[in-house]
Amino acid sequence: MSDLTKLTLAEARAGLIAKSYSAVELTRAHLEAIEKARALNAFVTETPEKALAMAAKSDERLASGQAGPLEGIPLAVKDLFCTDGVRTTASSKILGNFVPSYESTVTSNLWADGAVLLGKVGCDEFAMGGSNETSAFGPVVNPWRRREADGSIDPTPLVPGGSSGGSAAAVAAHLAIGAAGTDTGGSIRQPAAFTGIVGIKPTYGRCSRWGIVAYASSLDQAGPFARTVEDAAILLKSFASVDGKDTTSVDTPVPDYAAAIGKSVKGLTIGVPREYRVDGLSPEIAQLWDQGIEWLKAAGANVREISLPHTPYALPAYYIIATAEASSNLARYDGVRYGLRVPGEDIVDTYEKTRAAGFGSEVRRRIMLGTYVLSAGYYDAYYVRAQKVRTLIARDFEASFNDGIDAVLVPATPSPAFGIGEKSGGDPVEMYLQDVFTVTVNLAGLPGMVVPGGRSSTGLPLGLQLIGRPFGEEALFTLGHVIEAAAGRFTPEPWWQD
Amino acid sequence: MSVDSATITRVAHLARIAVDPAEVEKLGAEFNSMLGFVEQLASLDVSNVEPMTSVRPMRIKMRADEVTDGGYPNRIVANAPSCEDDFFVVPKVVE
Repeated sequence: MSDLTKLTLAEARAGLIAKSYSAVELTRAHLEAIEKARALNAFVTETPEKALAMAAKSDERLASGQAGPLEGIPLAVKDLFCTDGVRTTASSKILGNFVPSYESTVTSNLWADGAVLLGKVGCDEFAMGGSNETSAFGPVVNPWRRREADGSIDPTPLVPGGSSGGSAAAVAAHLAIGAAGTDTGGSIRQPAAFTGIVGIKPTYGRCSRWGIVAYASSLDQAGPFARTVEDAAILLKSFASVDGKDTTSVDTPVPDYAAAIGKSVKGLTIGVPREYRVDGLSPEIAQLWDQGIEWLKAAGANVREISLPHTPYALPAYYIIATAEASSNLARYDGVRYGLRVPGEDIVDTYEKTRAAGFGSEVRRRIMLGTYVLSAGYYDAYYVRAQKVRTLIARDFEASFNDGIDAVLVPATPSPAFGIGEKSGGDPVEMYLQDVFTVTVNLAGLPGMVVPGGRSSTGLPLGLQLIGRPFGEEALFTLGHVIEAAAGRFTPEPWWQD
Repeated sequence: MSVDSATITRVAHLARIAVDPAEVEKLGAEFNSMLGFVEQLASLDVSNVEPMTSVRPMRIKMRADEVTDGGYPNRIVANAPSCEDDFFVVPKVVE
């Protein structure tokens, strides 16, 4: 990789302002890296011409002293954000040729702040998955590979996590300085952990959902990927806004998150929930967690064991709520107004054939399960009960916060990245268990950040997760920076360039 | 609880997704695995618990009931699989 792709966002920004290189040069270096990394299949749509045109505009603004906070910074965007004039597929056949004539609020914010679009990156179809394998455009490959005991490299391709796997792979492989993702049950945090980078799912309502292809509206939230905690803080400030077009956007001013980096953690109290020490927790994950606790203690934080008793019920509640909302949200894909149409004998036959051909098997399964749990006679037993369980899970966290806990520290995932095909063949529930440490945060609407904390016995990155109070993102950046300073940064060998 | 083939066929029709009869059995097995997994919620006492209806407690936002956008039918139909004079074209619905 060239020197310009090694830069952090903060470094690149300083270099652009100092005129050490131009925005066009910075963008071109990343476009060249993307060309050499096609083996990773990170991008669904590359937009090199648009990127260079945007970078040229950035150079004009830099020259006239009108640079925005992300001026000239090349980013990758999950193919779930609608981008004006740029194909937006949600990694689904049913939207394979959809070209929006409008821009999502989050990406509008990024371009208004001067960022450059490198292209749209792959994800699980409609963000439904934890491995990127449900994409209609083929799985994204993790830039990391396993190391054997003798130090040799195992060439088995690994998943980058999901659903925002393309975003995570692009940042980890230095194809983009940062990326936009979305997180409904762990879709930013799990891929960040699997690729050794930083990812944050903000508090529900912090980033506008307007213009993002909807999966489960009461759980979906956009957030950034970056290689450092500071870069993630800089990006989140641009992602977040108060938006009249999203009725769940919360009217709270956006703070300067980067100012929280480097603050002392003395006096902060960290909760360690005993329910996350699940049966069969792998020893290396337990060791990583203990190490994280030690780092925060050494920096002056107080650590206390807490109880979040309804944790075991989070995953089943999540799969009822998410599938129910998905069945309703995805009703719009009917082959009439946009997307694929498969002609049938009459209108209903056209709908049924279109949706059978346009959706992949995981999406069809989730829509059908959601339809079932919402159908007459089952609504109270499933959906209403799950929403009550959700209240209990939110109350667990609230009780801890009221009891003086500032943030909660848990592992990000139960294992490091697994091989493509290793978990996708059998029972869908096995894949769902990947989200065991992340879904609680979406159900309670809280912010959660993943920071790389160490390596597995096979040399793969492992992530630690910090969970904050509602709108407590600043504390997460302060604490995340402490972990980053102790754990260091994680960079894969660029084997894909061969 | 377990679902039978007739239920799978009914749910598929409700969801407007054509299902190959050969697929019904496999779908039923996957459905039952997922329903078995969520069944554990039934063991929890949720009497006197309000269902969550707002993720963050907030007053619902109101806005003036007025047109603030629109007037570009060509953009609206731009992605339609079939359209004529700014109208979406569908198979005949009314005889």
